[in-house]
Parts: sequence; structure tokens; C-alpha cells
Amino acid sequence: MRIEGLRHRFKETVAVDGLDLVVDEAEIFGLLGPNGAGKTTTIRVLTTLLPPQEGAVEVFGLDVRRRRMAVRRLIGYVPQALSADAALSGRENVTLFARLFDVPRAQRRDRTAEVIDAMGLTDAADRPAGTYSGGMIRRLELAQALVSSPRLLVLDEPTIGLDPVARAGVWDRIHETRARTGMTVLVTTHYMEEAAAHCDRVALMHRGRIRALDTPEALVRSLDEEDANLDDVFREYTGGDLEGGGLKDVRVARRAR
Amino acid sequence: MSVSLAAPVEPIRLLASRTSALCLVELQKLRRDRTEAVTRAVQPALWLIIFGQTFTRLRVVPTGDVPYLDFLAPGILAQSALFVSIFYGIHIIWERDAGVLAKLMVTPTPRAALVTGKAFAAGVRALFQAIVVVALSTLLGVHLRLGPLHLLGVAAVVVLGSAFFCCLSITLAGLVLKRDRMMGIGQAIIMPLFFASNALYPVSVMPGWLQVLNHVNPLSYEVEALRGLLIGTPARLLLDFGVLVGSAAVAITVASMMLGRLTR
Repeated sequence: MRIEGLRHRFKETVAVDGLDLVVDEAEIFGLLGPNGAGKTTTIRVLTTLLPPQEGAVEVFGLDVRRRRMAVRRLIGYVPQALSADAALSGRENVTLFARLFDVPRAQRRDRTAEVIDAMGLTDAADRPAGTYSGGMIRRLELAQALVSSPRLLVLDEPTIGLDPVARAGVWDRIHETRARTGMTVLVTTHYMEEAAAHCDRVALMHRGRIRALDTPEALVRSLDEEDANLDDVFREYTGGDLEGGGLKDVRVARRAR
Repeated sequence: MSVSLAAPVEPIRLLASRTSALCLVELQKLRRDRTEAVTRAVQPALWLIIFGQTFTRLRVVPTGDVPYLDFLAPGILAQSALFVSIFYGIHIIWERDAGVLAKLMVTPTPRAALVTGKAFAAGVRALFQAIVVVALSTLLGVHLRLGPLHLLGVAAVVVLGSAFFCCLSITLAGLVLKRDRMMGIGQAIIMPLFFASNALYPVSVMPGWLQVLNHVNPLSYEVEALRGLLIGTPARLLLDFGVLVGSAAVAITVASMMLGRLTR
């Protein structure tokens, strides 16, 4: 995945201001930044929801502006909001995505059961998703995104609003799937300890630009301070406004169906 | 050779396969909220029983040889279908806020298939209403023509009309983008759509300018077709169907183009 010179503005606000970024195949890449840093706008451009105003964006060599359908076939996407359909069972939620990604009819049932099982939801598969806990809904969404065997998994704040056990559960599933399939994972988060523990490389984004990019260890080492952690790196590059955003992101994330 | 043949076929296959997948899912959802179907049936029932019974006694509406309740029943059928479908704009904004819409739009699915799925759902919901109105009208002594061909025609008219109003609502949702604004707009357009139509009274009693509005109101063509099919009043069925098919097709196209605005 390659982004060159991406710029995007909404009326007066510049959300992304000259972003350059290359994500390698099969890595877990963390896009970090305070609320309003431009992470979600970047994700929207990458997932073809928002046509780029300026700059070039490619996913596995495909231009997101001209090859929208082809790009979508390669992507599994989990948005920030908990967005499984409450009126459908877990299995129905996943089967819909199997159909929308042309999983062949003969394999649909097995493939659906397989991803549901991989996410630890087999026992709950035939219950309406409305009865699921937050952590279960997130894992169901992962199953929806993974049923098409995507080459790129895009996760927008995957653990926001979840309790620590549910968060660990989500990360475990992501690691398992990556190890099994070799897919690339792009994740946005503002939980620094999660990024440090789970990402191969991270980029710190602030006011629409990348301020630092490396492995979490190298970034911490570059501070040259004792007992430094990724939070300190973050403060160093963003001037400390980790809580710069508002309540909006959290509210959106919690509005589950 | 095969490439030139496959090129125009692929988008059509895609549209058909995605539309059927999304329609199926709408049916699965409807299966789970039967209570809603019951509560929604209350309003048309009240219109028939309270408004219908009273106005039948008043005899103020010149409906010729047709009893007023007979004249009214197809109008109420169309009205209840309108009420069901006009709130799909709020529904789509809600799906947007919940992240569901963005997730669907990142799949290789044509926008038109997403919209047609909703239009289909509105049509199926409206059919439940139609069954209630037809059954209740028969109980109230309205003489409806209930041959299989008539009923099939009624079902087609109801689904087409609902598809149009559902997509009109989604289009407006794409313009206003906010749920609370959409509520107001839903209320504000129902009133003129309903009263500037032939649902409650014949067109001939309207002032001239309102008659003009009536001619561009798809609801009037829906009511005319329903009335023609159910109680046998004169109807231009070919024109009515033509208008309903045409307006549904245009509305689906326009609504598909508005969908992108909702996820930006």
C-alpha cells in the first residue's frame, strides 16, 4: 500500500496535509495520532469511500480512484463504530459478506463456519447479533471482514470502547489470522501500549502529516531517555495533545446497533 | 472475443447477484420484527374505521355511484405504503451513523444494488400493509375485486410505488445528511404528497393549480391503478404502470448517486 502526497480538505479544515506512506506486505502497521490527526480520512481514501483530492494512493498497485471495485475486492474493513446488523444472526451477518465478495456457493457455508470458529463465535453463531457483547460484535465484524480472505485488513480503532479482556481477544485473533494467511494489517489506534505490543511498525500522525515512522522499539530508543515508552514518543511529536479530540469518536464507537 | 462479450455482462451479473443478496438479507431482518408489522397496521385501520366511516355518512365527497368507503380503501392502501417507505431516509442515515453503510460500500457492490435492496424491503413491508387494508376493507363491507390477476397487479403497484418513495427519501437523506432534519422533511413532504393526490377525493374537486400538482405526483398514479384494479373504477393502467416503473427507475438511479455523499 502506497500513499504519495495525499491532501484532503473539508471546507476550511485540512484533514490530511501531504501524506507519504508505504506499508509493506504482511506487516501489522499502526497509524497513530490524536483525534483529528487525519487517520480516519486517510482510511476513507484508502478504502475508496472518499476520492482523493490530491496525491496518489495505490493498494497492491491498484489506483484507488480508477480501480475502485478491484481495490474493494482486496480489502477487509472494520469501521470504528460497532456495526454488525443487530436484527441478523452472527452467521447471517457473515454469510452476507461472503455473498458480497463472491465466495463461491459451494464453499460459502464452510468458509463462513470457519471464520466464525476462528473468531470463537461458533456457540453464538445463530443468535441475533443484538444479543452480543461489544467484544463479540467486534470479533463478528472481523469474521465479516475475513470471510473473503482479504489481502489487506483495515481496522479503524478496533479496540475502542472494549474492556481489557475483549481487547486482548481481538488482538489475538488478528495475530492468528495474519500468521495463517500472511495478509497485511493496517490499524489506527490511540492506545499507545497496544500499538507498542502489537504493531511491527508505527507511524505517528499529527495535523495531517506523518511526524515519525519506525518500529515501536526504535522510536522509543530514539528518545534517548530511560524508561521511555511510546506515550513519551507520542508526546514528543504531537506536543502532548493526546487528548486533543473530543468525545465524538468515542460516542460514535459506542453507538452499536 | 470473449472479453468483448464479457465486458457488458459483468456489471449486470454483479448488480443482479448483489441485489439478490441484499434483498435476501432484508427478508431475514423482516422475519425478526413481526411486532413492527402489527403496530404499523394500526394507522391504516384507524383511517378506514374512523375517517372512512364518518365521511361515508357525510356524503360530501362526490364519488358517483361508488360508496365513499370503497373509493377510500385503495387510497388508504397507497397511503400506508407511502408512510412505510418515506422513512427509509431516516433508516439510511441511521445505518450511516452505525457504520453499517460504510462497511457495505467498501465491498465490491454497486451502489444501485444497495439502494434496490432498501427499495425491495420497503415494498415487502408495504405488502404486509396491503394485506391488512384489503382484509379490513372486506370486513367493513367494501366490494373489492380479489381475482389472482387483480391481486398480482395490486402487489406490483404497491412495490413499485414504495420503491419510488423509499428512494425519494434516501435521496433527500443524501441531501440533508442529518437524522433530525430528515424527520422534519419526512413529515413535511408526506402531507402535500398525500393531500395533493386523489387518495381521499377525486381530482375533479381540486382547484386548478392543485390538479397540475396531482399530475406530477406518482402517488396519484398509484392510487388510480389500485382503484382500477380493486374496485373497477376507470383507470389508465398502462399509463399508471409506465409512470410507476419510470419514476422508480429514476429514483433508484438518483438515490444511488446520493449514497456516496452519506459516507464522506
